[in-house]
Amino acid sequence: MNPANYLYLAALLFTVGAAGVLLRRNAIVVFMCVELMLNATNLAFVTFARMHGNYDGQVIAFFTMVVAAAEVVVGLSIIIAIFRSRRTASVDDANLMKW
Amino acid sequence: MTAGLAAATVAAADLSGRGGPGFLSPTGAEVAFVLIGLVVLGSALLVVTTSQIVHAALWLVVTLGGLAAEYLLLTAEFIAWVQVLIYIGAVVVLLLFGLMLTRAPIGRSTELDSLKRWPAVLVAVGATATLLTVVVDAFHSAYLDLGKTDDGSARVTGESLFRVWVLPFEVLSVLLLAALIGAIVLSRGRADADGKGR
Repeated sequence: MNPANYLYLAALLFTVGAAGVLLRRNAIVVFMCVELMLNATNLAFVTFARMHGNYDGQVIAFFTMVVAAAEVVVGLSIIIAIFRSRRTASVDDANLMKW
Repeated sequence: MTAGLAAATVAAADLSGRGGPGFLSPTGAEVAFVLIGLVVLGSALLVVTTSQIVHAALWLVVTLGGLAAEYLLLTAEFIAWVQVLIYIGAVVVLLLFGLMLTRAPIGRSTELDSLKRWPAVLVAVGATATLLTVVVDAFHSAYLDLGKTDDGSARVTGESLFRVWVLPFEVLSVLLLAALIGAIVLSRGRADADGKGR
């Protein structure tokens, strides 16, 4: 089998996530789309690990998951802090730093 | 998805530790890849397009579970179970809590999509075209022998992790601690905002 098939899946998943980040308004749904993009890169890493027969790609995918977990924790607390002060979870309304 | 996950679980259970011929035949592995891949892509599209915000989180579970099955097909057994534990077990639950805490609308909502739809679609199509071009050009002649299986069990991954990647591992544990403290500080709120500041 051509490993590019897995990479096609990863590329499509990444762009679905990227489109979601651009399209969606609710900050938590934007987060879900970021998770989709991270998972797509993980799939590419694991595919490369399988292709080359060593485990470094798998270890990097594991690290990515840990960083993603930390990112979700901090991001959600920021979203909740914004919600507490502005009563909204929409990314369009957090416009204090917008020119 | 559940059936695919179960089939891939059986496949990987046989793969783990030995590195002999896999449980699935090469054709079976390809068919499973295509079917699970379609489920993953479809549910990812639903995450991005559904108008019910809680459903987006639930479709995300399907996507992540399908990806865990794909990891099993790639013989990355440890990564697959970490994916189930961290993503499906922790991250999605955390996201659902976030939805509850920010009083997300239950049921259909027309407010979810941004108004600038066409630029977003344009960027997405451009990114897809670029990525697919690069992948086609770089890997059109690569070949993956599905009959020969590698070992991705926790033992082998752990050996690689603690022999080669010890320093990044320790740095990541410090990062997790920092994220924990940061989240507590950020979400403690205005308890002492009128005092000496946060």
